[in-house]
Amino acid sequence: MFVNQIAVFLENRAGRINEFAQCLAKANINMIAMSIADTTDYGILRVITDDNEKAMKVLKEGGFNIASTYLVGFEVDDKPGAMQRVIDILDKKQINIGYLYSFVRPIEKKAIILIKVDDNEYVANILRENGITLIERNIL
Amino acid sequence: MEYYNKEMECMSLSDKKELQSKRLIDTVQKVYDNVKTYREKMDKIGLKPSDIKGIDDIHKLPFTTKQDLRDNYPFGMFAADKRDIIRVHASSGTTGKLTVVGYTQYDIDMWAECCARALVSAGATHDSVVHIAYGYGLFTGGLGMHYGAERLGAIAVPVSSGNTARQLQLMKDFEADVLCCTPSYAIYIAEEMKKYGIKPEDMSLKYGIFGAEPWSKEMRDEIEDKLKLKAFDIYGLSEITGPGVAIECKYQCGSHIQDDFFYPEIVDEHTLEPLGYGKRGELVFTTLTKEGIPLIRYRTRDITALNNSPCKCGRTGIRIDRIAGRSDDMLIIRGVNVFPSQIESVLLKEKEIAPHYHITLDRVNNLDTMRIDIELAEGVAFDEVKKVESLTKRIANEINSAIGLNAEIRLVSSGSIERSMGKAKRVTDNRKF
Repeated sequence: MFVNQIAVFLENRAGRINEFAQCLAKANINMIAMSIADTTDYGILRVITDDNEKAMKVLKEGGFNIASTYLVGFEVDDKPGAMQRVIDILDKKQINIGYLYSFVRPIEKKAIILIKVDDNEYVANILRENGITLIERNIL
Repeated sequence: MEYYNKEMECMSLSDKKELQSKRLIDTVQKVYDNVKTYREKMDKIGLKPSDIKGIDDIHKLPFTTKQDLRDNYPFGMFAADKRDIIRVHASSGTTGKLTVVGYTQYDIDMWAECCARALVSAGATHDSVVHIAYGYGLFTGGLGMHYGAERLGAIAVPVSSGNTARQLQLMKDFEADVLCCTPSYAIYIAEEMKKYGIKPEDMSLKYGIFGAEPWSKEMRDEIEDKLKLKAFDIYGLSEITGPGVAIECKYQCGSHIQDDFFYPEIVDEHTLEPLGYGKRGELVFTTLTKEGIPLIRYRTRDITALNNSPCKCGRTGIRIDRIAGRSDDMLIIRGVNVFPSQIESVLLKEKEIAPHYHITLDRVNNLDTMRIDIELAEGVAFDEVKKVESLTKRIANEINSAIGLNAEIRLVSSGSIERSMGKAKRVTDNRKF
């Protein structure tokens, strides 16, 4: 019921992201959403693919340091203020968001927001109570 | 004041050889009678104390290494009765076990004499105010120079290391003319002075006695320029006594060894064959009068050469060149002895990282910096930066408590640190000495 994400530790050096991307490309894995947290020394690349299980396997074999995490995903209309309305609800409940990223489904005029929180169940319940559409399957 | 003890420091070479011979014979008898390790080493090669008839026979004697001291931790190599030992000092060993040395009253007096000679060689007199910013404690730097200054009749200011602002205040107020510390701390002091708007002219500094870490000619120039003093290189190691084993004179053409107390040899670091004057190799010392822990042919692992040409200063103590490096993997970082194995033992305790690491040393603004690249354990990763940061911080703290130094920790992917088939190349030293 939560969205599975792969976090990849990448030290800063030329060509490192390419090595990562090659690894997935060779295995014919498609990336659906991605975000990178960058520092001076390293980056943490977070990715959701069309086949996380296979992606985990090939990345591990490729020598990458990876972690599997679950995020809360929800859908909003692709229009001004839509995401803010949801964040405001969480804010009032003093929910701390570790990080957030999103992507848009232009045909459906919807945006998918993914958030990292401490307690997925608790946050999912709040969103549900407020009538927000959760991404209930791993397939986005 | 040109010499502290002219009779000994300028002794003729023939008299010195006679003295060294007599002292070596006594020392060999003493260690054979009182130290099991030496008795065993000598018996094994069929060498009797009576076979040593003079200093020229020194090559017959077996070597001593840091491993011997470690195997006999803590007091097993002491030749004196424990009741006659009045102080111990210690330096770091490769496995976290310290190398312990013990001093009798005679040893402390002899060491004070060495440091008094060193102070005078650098220009100090009994009217001097000696600001001692070496650490006081198990490390020999602080107390060694302290007893030397007192012996000389100068004023010893036992300020130890740290709190630079207070150090500047005291140096200025007490009108210190002699500064003793590591060369990198001297540079740091100069930079802090600038920050506080203190000019070298506001101080009374004339001479600096710097040691405990390798330093370059360029660093000397910079210290002399910034602090407006004359900078002298002092050499020593706790196993032999501490600072004052050798000191530069005003002609600065190598450091004079106090060779009435410590007999130097240079040997090939691989074959252990003695090398002639001017040849670079490993420095080996035999203590000639020590009681607490006399050492025979102790391998310092420092690489240098001996220079026996006469010196204009009149001292006859043989000279060593600037230390050119080490024959083991010990690193000297900001004056602290560090073995890579100490770092390794910290890393082995952490589950989230692998014991694959690489140390990079640099000198930035004349201060040593240490970066340690460490591999994450296989399969370990984090989705948040703060988790990486807390792991990094924890490792940094543990390394600091193990070696007493701050290191920049950089995590890298597993398998990304180069593996080698033979001895792993754990260290890249970009510092220039």
